[in-house]
Amino acid sequence: MASTLNLTLRVWRQDGPDDTGRFDTIEAPGIKDDMSFLEMLDVVNERLIEAGREPITFDHDCREGICGTCSLMIDGQAHGPQRGTATCQLHMRRFADGQTITVEPWRATAFPVIKDLMVDRSALDRIVEAGGYITAETGGAPDANLIPVPKPVADAAFDAAACIQCGACVAACPNGAANLFTAAKVAHLNLLPQGEAERYSRVENMVDVMEDHFGSCTNHGECEAACPKKISIDYIALMNKDYLRAKFKNRRYLSRNP
Amino acid sequence: MAAPTTTPAPARRPGPTRIATPARERRRSPFLVELYRSSVGKKYVMAITGALLMGFVFAHMVGNLKMYLGAAEYDGYADFLRRLLVPILPRTVTLWLMRVGLIAAFALHIHAAYSLTRINHRARAVKYQSRRDYVAATYASRTMRWTGIIITLFLVWHLFDLSWTGTGYRSFYRGAVYENVDASLSRIPVAALYIVANLALGVHLFHGAWSLFQSLGWNNPRFNRWRKWFAYGFSGAVTLGNVSFPIAVLAGVVSR
Ligand code: HEM
Ligand code: FES
Repeated sequence: MASTLNLTLRVWRQDGPDDTGRFDTIEAPGIKDDMSFLEMLDVVNERLIEAGREPITFDHDCREGICGTCSLMIDGQAHGPQRGTATCQLHMRRFADGQTITVEPWRATAFPVIKDLMVDRSALDRIVEAGGYITAETGGAPDANLIPVPKPVADAAFDAAACIQCGACVAACPNGAANLFTAAKVAHLNLLPQGEAERYSRVENMVDVMEDHFGSCTNHGECEAACPKKISIDYIALMNKDYLRAKFKNRRYLSRNP
Repeated sequence: MAAPTTTPAPARRPGPTRIATPARERRRSPFLVELYRSSVGKKYVMAITGALLMGFVFAHMVGNLKMYLGAAEYDGYADFLRRLLVPILPRTVTLWLMRVGLIAAFALHIHAAYSLTRINHRARAVKYQSRRDYVAATYASRTMRWTGIIITLFLVWHLFDLSWTGTGYRSFYRGAVYENVDASLSRIPVAALYIVANLALGVHLFHGAWSLFQSLGWNNPRFNRWRKWFAYGFSGAVTLGNVSFPIAVLAGVVSR
């Protein structure tokens, strides 16, 4: 049976990219504990609208942990206190009656605040544009299983491909680094035969664009802990290894045709 | 007649700020320079130089254990270091070659750390305004910059203290290593300084000894679970050995 919680929210309000912003304290009584965190914000927003106040702007879409649109730093943790889930999958039963919950947007120079809790994460798209695809002639649809891939390899590629590009890794990283994101995007193609042809140019281009926008990895491991898909920092080591090889190989084999 | 169509230029969004000079817009340089320009490459340099410094710190600690065998053994060992490879190379040359390597490693390690720290600060120009709740980051990983600074300051003191001039504990005798150590570390504040600095070194080494595997891309399910144990073992051994010296001097175990 659902019980109800009386909560106090400390929410970051910022009118636009150039506003300095501040925390607003908003009372949220009578929140059902089977609501998701986003449903709780919906209820709070309806009350704000009824009271003639500006609702809280926040990002959301699928609300089932697959689109990567929701975000939020909840009590100092990206996607809140629950491991392996996005904010939309976090339920209010994780919180206690009478608790004060602090909600802040994700902070990185590459993620400027648009309004309140909504940030612009398009820098992640720049990284994908630099190599997160395969430029092969696709031709007709090939038969299934025409290219054999060992099961453990397919699994490793799939674990990396689970990335929903939410940016929690950047938000959680004390350095604002996007190494886990980039490593996942590199690995899910580099591990497969289809991605092999562009393996080294991909890792070099994607890492170089990543470094235009984001900080650098110091192996804290916060990204892995925050990732709603539990993507492992093992992929970062893999990316580092491929990057070194790429710098070396590309010079010897590819630098003659720039 | 169809109106002439113009494709509007894609609007340049007030998007993310560049925090470093774009790599692709620069000319290609030699492999190592090119690598060092990138953050990932700087971490390779930090890991390799860090591993060299770890080798030194370990050998230094093991060498200092000779102190427990008495003055003759300890001073003899110091002399042996100066005579390394002696008829092949003149006295102290090998030692100096190793020192040059150490100085280079130290300088690169610090330069990479400094420039990466600047990049990282720029990558989050506006900090979180509420308290962070860290889940995976350790005390060691979050204090690397501070422990690094403490070690460097201590190193300068330490070189004056036992290699160059002495620090006013009576006259410093070059080569009378055992006497110098005993005289300097018999002073309680100095012994305390050695203990604090070496604890900081241990904390620094703990994160470094784990982190270097990731930076070098040495990740394999076969040995991954040993990486943390290696870090515990290595930093623990070095710290225990080093902290024992000032305690041994104060306790009179090491005494002329
Ligand atoms: C309690 C701990 C330590 C003791 C008792 C100790 C003792 C000594 C002594 C006696 C020397 C002079 C050796 C000689 O003149 O032959 C020396 C040199 C040196 N120590 Fe230490 N040390 C300690 C910790 C450290 C630490 C933590 C570091 C660095 C992170 C360090 C770095 C050095 C360096 C760079 C030299 C110069 C090496 C050379 O001359 O080639 N020491 N140490
Ligand atoms: S709203 Fe789609 S992942 Fe949370």
